[in-house]
Amino acid sequence: MTTKITGRKIAPGTTTGEALVTSQSLSFYGGVDPETGVVVEKGHELEGQSITGKVLVFPSGKGSTVGSYVLYQLAKTGKGPVAIINQQTETIVAVGCIISDIPAIDKVPIDKIKTGQKIHVDATNGVLELR
Amino acid sequence: MKLTKLQLEMLEGKHGYATQKSMEILSALGEIFEAEKMVPVTSVQIAGVSYANLGEPGLDWLAQMAKDGRVRVLTTLNPAGMDLENWRVLGIDPEFAKNQERVINAFAKMGIITTCTCTPYLVGNLPHYGEHIAWAESSAVCFANSVIGAKTNREGGPSALAAALTGYTPEYGYHLDKNRQAHVAIKVKAPITGTAQFGTLGKVIGDILDSKVEWTIPYITGIPNANTDELKAFCASIATYGGTALFHMDGITPNKMQAPKETLTITENDLARAEQELNEEDAKIDFVSIGCPHASLREIRRIAELVEGKHVKKETWITTARPTKQVADKMGYTKIIEATGIKFACDTCCVVAPIKGRFTGLCTDSAKGCYYGQGRNKFQIKHCSLEECLEEAFVK
Repeated sequence: MTTKITGRKIAPGTTTGEALVTSQSLSFYGGVDPETGVVVEKGHELEGQSITGKVLVFPSGKGSTVGSYVLYQLAKTGKGPVAIINQQTETIVAVGCIISDIPAIDKVPIDKIKTGQKIHVDATNGVLELR
Repeated sequence: MKLTKLQLEMLEGKHGYATQKSMEILSALGEIFEAEKMVPVTSVQIAGVSYANLGEPGLDWLAQMAKDGRVRVLTTLNPAGMDLENWRVLGIDPEFAKNQERVINAFAKMGIITTCTCTPYLVGNLPHYGEHIAWAESSAVCFANSVIGAKTNREGGPSALAAALTGYTPEYGYHLDKNRQAHVAIKVKAPITGTAQFGTLGKVIGDILDSKVEWTIPYITGIPNANTDELKAFCASIATYGGTALFHMDGITPNKMQAPKETLTITENDLARAEQELNEEDAKIDFVSIGCPHASLREIRRIAELVEGKHVKKETWITTARPTKQVADKMGYTKIIEATGIKFACDTCCVVAPIKGRFTGLCTDSAKGCYYGQGRNKFQIKHCSLEECLEEAFVK
């Protein structure tokens, strides 16, 4: 059975991938290793896990605006997430996804998504399909 | 959000890659913050210039944008990670210097004026009251909104560059008058004078604002006068500790605001407590730094008066904008100051330069400098007036 969720387009693109979900906000500058894609923020739910190739689901971004460039580096080296889903996207993640061509959607009830679930992301139309 | 024909063309790529990427950033931000339209901007200040912060990915992105991107409005740069001419004397690694030059070249290629200062308003990027602008650099944003009365949100590096390359910014936040009204009145019942004390006041008020989400704009009374140097110190501090982008200072700043009913009072005790928090007990000082935000001509002239004929015992830097130093050169202030052993560091500052590990303790008149000196560079801190900083520099 597939569930359809409609959100809001932040950055266009379509992709399919496995969800990695956290209920905590995420800082890319200082919080994620730009060379490996592993979350390094001390005490974070995702600490030690890799965001590479995942549909990364988190409430919102935080921290320094340099975080946009970290997303760009990750995407450039193939270590980035394939898509980002937020409850409320803020400037750092929005700008990061646009400059890196990472599809992104927000205004999504992220508690409906579980880690490991397969998701089809159609960010251009702001639609998700949980499979 | 409604876009004009020209803005739509930009978004479709008819004006090149960099303009298209820029319009994508701006229209996405406009959607997120529910702007109805774009407003033209007349001035841009870009942050994210130090190679220490940008790294190779940031530089890579700038190089992409520089291929066909050209700025459409007056655009200046924030401090870089080093003095672009005198970096060897200041102990910067040649590899870092090479990369920092690549960053500056990418910005220059886009037609950006590479002033590299956090005080663009002192060196020719000076908007007027009511003008829409897109500035990054938290202290300059606060100065532009509050002291000048221009209108800007707190931009990041890429969004400021996007505004420069298109000439637009989405109309939300501080661009709208309804969002420029004060939330809390703050009565200052203590004499405040000099950059250090104004910085401490900025920390006290910033900490108060930081404690309550609904309070973002303070209406400050009880300050009879303040010069531009004191206001720039205050702006830097309140933006650092409170994330503040706009304040009103009764009788001093030009924005028209209603005084809110809810009033807090700040006394000498509050200031003394903040001063205590800024200072580390028995801090071992081996580095004295003045010029955060960048030192003005008045400050440099004052330093020349105070230090003439003496010799420093500690590494001492004055960070300033190159155009300011060029006037100081002409007036002979530089010669007097450098004869004492004090060094000028233009184009850079102690917040963004790679100086971690080089010193143990920092003495500065800047409350903002204290925050980054402690957090980013792990220095022990002494916060005091400009005169006391210089006294510190002359004792072993």
